[in-house]
Amino acid sequence: MPFIPHTEEEVAQMLAAIGVDDIEALFDEIPADIRCQSLDDIPPAATEMEVTREVQQMAERDAGALNFIGAGAYEHHIPAAVWQLTTRGEFYTAYTPYQAEASQGTLQLIYEYQTMMAGLTGMDVSNASLYDGASALGEAILMAVRVHRKSKSKKVLMPTSVHPAYRATAKTVVKHQGIELVDLPIDADSGRVDPAALAAFSGEDITALVIPQPNFYGVLEQADELTAWAEGNGTLVIGLVNPFTLAILKPPGEWGANGADIVCGDGQPLGAPLSSGGPYYGILCCKQQHVRQMPGRLVGRAIDADGKQGFVLTLQAREQHIRRSRATSNICTNQGLVVTASTIHMALLGPVGLRNAAAASLANTHRLVEKAAALGITPRFSGDHFHEVALKLDQPAAPVLEKMATAGVLGGYDLGRDDAELADAILVCVTETKTDADIDRYIDALKAAQEPSAPSR
Amino acid sequence: MSNIPSELKYTKSHEWVSDNENGTITVGITDHAQELLGDLVFVELPEAGKALDAEEACAVVESVKAASDIYAPVAGEVTEVNEALEDQPELINSDPYGEGWLFKMKAADPDSLESLLSADDYAAEAEE
Amino acid sequence: MLIFEHSTPGRRATAQAPATTAEIDLPAQFLRRSDTGLPEVSEMQAVRHYTRLSQKNFSIDTHFYPLGSCTMKYNPRACNSLAMLPGLLQRHPLAPESHSQGFLQMMFELQEMLKAVTGMAGVSLTPMAGAQGEFAGIAMIRAYHDDRGDAARTEILVPDAAHGTNPATAIMCGYKVKEIPTDEQGDVDLAALKAAVGPQTAGLMLTNPSTLGVFERNIMEIGRIVHEAGGLLYYDGANLNAILGKVRPGDMGFDVIHMNLHKTFSTPHGGGGPGSGAVGVAERLMPYRPVPVIARDGGRYRWLTEDDLPKTMGRLSAFGGNAGVLIRAYIYMRMLGASGMPRVAEFATLNANYLEQRLRDAGFEAAFPDRRASHEFIITLKKQAKELKVTAMDFAKRLLDYGYHAPTTYFPLLVPECLLIEPTETESKEEIDGFIEAMIAIQREAETDPDTVRSAPHTMPNRRFDEVTAARTPDLKWQAGE
Repeated sequence: MPFIPHTEEEVAQMLAAIGVDDIEALFDEIPADIRCQSLDDIPPAATEMEVTREVQQMAERDAGALNFIGAGAYEHHIPAAVWQLTTRGEFYTAYTPYQAEASQGTLQLIYEYQTMMAGLTGMDVSNASLYDGASALGEAILMAVRVHRKSKSKKVLMPTSVHPAYRATAKTVVKHQGIELVDLPIDADSGRVDPAALAAFSGEDITALVIPQPNFYGVLEQADELTAWAEGNGTLVIGLVNPFTLAILKPPGEWGANGADIVCGDGQPLGAPLSSGGPYYGILCCKQQHVRQMPGRLVGRAIDADGKQGFVLTLQAREQHIRRSRATSNICTNQGLVVTASTIHMALLGPVGLRNAAAASLANTHRLVEKAAALGITPRFSGDHFHEVALKLDQPAAPVLEKMATAGVLGGYDLGRDDAELADAILVCVTETKTDADIDRYIDALKAAQEPSAPSR
Repeated sequence: MSNIPSELKYTKSHEWVSDNENGTITVGITDHAQELLGDLVFVELPEAGKALDAEEACAVVESVKAASDIYAPVAGEVTEVNEALEDQPELINSDPYGEGWLFKMKAADPDSLESLLSADDYAAEAEE
Repeated sequence: MLIFEHSTPGRRATAQAPATTAEIDLPAQFLRRSDTGLPEVSEMQAVRHYTRLSQKNFSIDTHFYPLGSCTMKYNPRACNSLAMLPGLLQRHPLAPESHSQGFLQMMFELQEMLKAVTGMAGVSLTPMAGAQGEFAGIAMIRAYHDDRGDAARTEILVPDAAHGTNPATAIMCGYKVKEIPTDEQGDVDLAALKAAVGPQTAGLMLTNPSTLGVFERNIMEIGRIVHEAGGLLYYDGANLNAILGKVRPGDMGFDVIHMNLHKTFSTPHGGGGPGSGAVGVAERLMPYRPVPVIARDGGRYRWLTEDDLPKTMGRLSAFGGNAGVLIRAYIYMRMLGASGMPRVAEFATLNANYLEQRLRDAGFEAAFPDRRASHEFIITLKKQAKELKVTAMDFAKRLLDYGYHAPTTYFPLLVPECLLIEPTETESKEEIDGFIEAMIAIQREAETDPDTVRSAPHTMPNRRFDEVTAARTPDLKWQAGE
């Protein structure tokens, strides 16, 4: 019996103590006619040895390609210590730290995380994390509407340079709350929002403006100008960031005159492996005055009965288990274990390590752009980019990517999937994990894939 | 037994109401309610100018482990809120009928106060 | 000490990042001028610091953790080590299907196993937690009614014993919430339910067994009442562990369910997540499933997206949910197999009933003494609170001193001074016996030396906290120069 420790003798003793003849008698309150008859569609129990072999084989089928896809999930080096520490049983198998006295490890770690994330984003407060970046954007929009009580329109400007899956997720989260997500088109040449385009909304009651930095196309938005417009228009600013880039980029807390009001994003680039899309974690930070409208858990420092410092979950009356139908969100979990990894990751890299990793990614991407130029392939957008760039081909991207994959190179994301006008563009990401040889291999694969009949040379 | 001033009006949901005799009323929560809730840590108040229906949930008081809605005792418009509570929610614990008042409102119908509970009625309710 | 207090300017964990002299080739307007505030420590300092922090936690690996409604069962090590295979960790979520067949096969088989054990027609794995599964479920109910042009259904019914997420979820989906009372035996009050349903009813959210630790005996009648009124029936899978393989939500008449894979299917709680809240649906809700879903065409596996399911309730995450959690659940289910699933429910129920009976024999008061316990049960300490001035919270804190994690306290809200106790199937009789002895010892202390109980814990890294001050003046981050 997998994972059940009882011996027959113990079962007999326990049944006797309860006063029933067999275990089946304990289910006598369930109507007999609905009891489960068979579980034929479930395979028989496999031993650890059997399942190990099968899963290893399945994992190997997908392994081995050289990855240049980013588009919301980024391959970075994760120090060995990160997940070795994170999967210690005391972190891995603990519950939510409701019993503070028996959870100081998790609580202090989250407090350290909140401090690091607030520092990185330049914001006053970080929560203990949400599910992922896309759902965090949805929660950030709900929060902006709660915070901005003076704004009655519930209109939120969403640049089309926000990740398409993020826009879809945000829509799912907010669509039943009477919130209108208004598409803000980007400039087709620069690949970013033209601040002058906001003039069309000046004077209008707009609750919030989302600013992605870098945006989905890897292009840097003119965050200061966009924030300045919002400040002048009485509109809140929601920054959507990749935290990895904040070692180099101006943090949203310093955008414009007063900084973003709310910041969200995905924490994956800071210590979470690609892992087929999750678990990652959602970042949510805000200005101090908005903290009571923040969803999700928060850890605070407190003093115990002996006057000793420690940590507790705080401001819990915002949350669903107390406020029920009036809660700020139905969310109960944070992505605790991934935050644990991320905190250790940030501590190990430190300010210099994180900056070096980001600088190396930036430099590697520039190197790939230069080498692609030799093939006559240039960036699709003229705006400055970070470690991700859209390359324009002279033919549809999808078949090219397919051929590259056959050659063992995942060449990027086909932008035609979301926008037919970009069907000839590949979004490619080069992180610090790629060597010069890797970049050469990319260029060779791209070159070969582009040629109609690909003669070998 | 908690303090229930005889000159005030009350609701079943533990709000007290004082008639300011200038067309406005002041609303707070009773001594009994603050005892039940324990140490308050935060108060969320309506905006001045907001129109309320009778028994509409319009404010929230929070303790560490509970959040309780405050209901408008009568229909009307909020005229003023107690901004001191933003930094000192504990005023509700220390002085529920004085410095711990929540908000003032203009009743849509002055006669609607008649439907509220007297101190004796409320004492009987709170006893239950 | 905080990690920041170990920091020394200029110290680095050198091996952890590239050494680079790369110039930052970007205009100044985009560049950061302020410090990030990250600590500067050596690799060993970080390892020692976080190892020591971990040792301040209770966890399943170190302590009995009978937290009601949370299913803190053993998390098998193989689930973790296999989920951490490089081929799985390194797979990009947008890798082409040609490079994803191994992963997709696993996920497809997981969908099939979850369908079989719950009796539902289809499953989507994408919700990232129980609460997101609930949201997906209620949003599907809404999509179904909207699709039929049935716009009058504005209300979700929720029993008063429900988890707080249920009403919060209904509100997020734009519904009003009506609470249905519970009768003295812990079942839904049928008369109140009959009076509450009508053309405005969109659905009912039910946990079964309920959070009161008893099986809802009138489930078929409840389903009939809600369905006849045109509403749909939602199953909150928080307590699926109690009935796994014994009775299936699909056979109870539920139209849509969420499962907490981090409870029933033993993925780790990780100090508060990640979880996974996969949803199952009956035939009529198939078109509304959240995307993506995995399908098999011939021998190939592929994603179904908005193009395949145009009526989907939507997308819930950037990619396909918490894949790493799903892989762990898959491995666990494979090891349990068809025969192992009902045993989970059987031994969880055996442990709970044994523990409840022994506590009652020792003089503790069960909240529902006439009912069979499911996988969990409630005792009420209202007598101790009144006569000895020792509360459920005091018992909970004192249990920590005895080396046991506290049960769930003060939930459900319906039972005063309650402890909701869930031992799970993976605990042995001797562990449970030890817990019983601790409860008896604390009862004796409450009678003879109540101050020791009231001021517990005494052996933890910290005593009880001043949570009032912490909430009034929140201190949410460390500031340099403290």
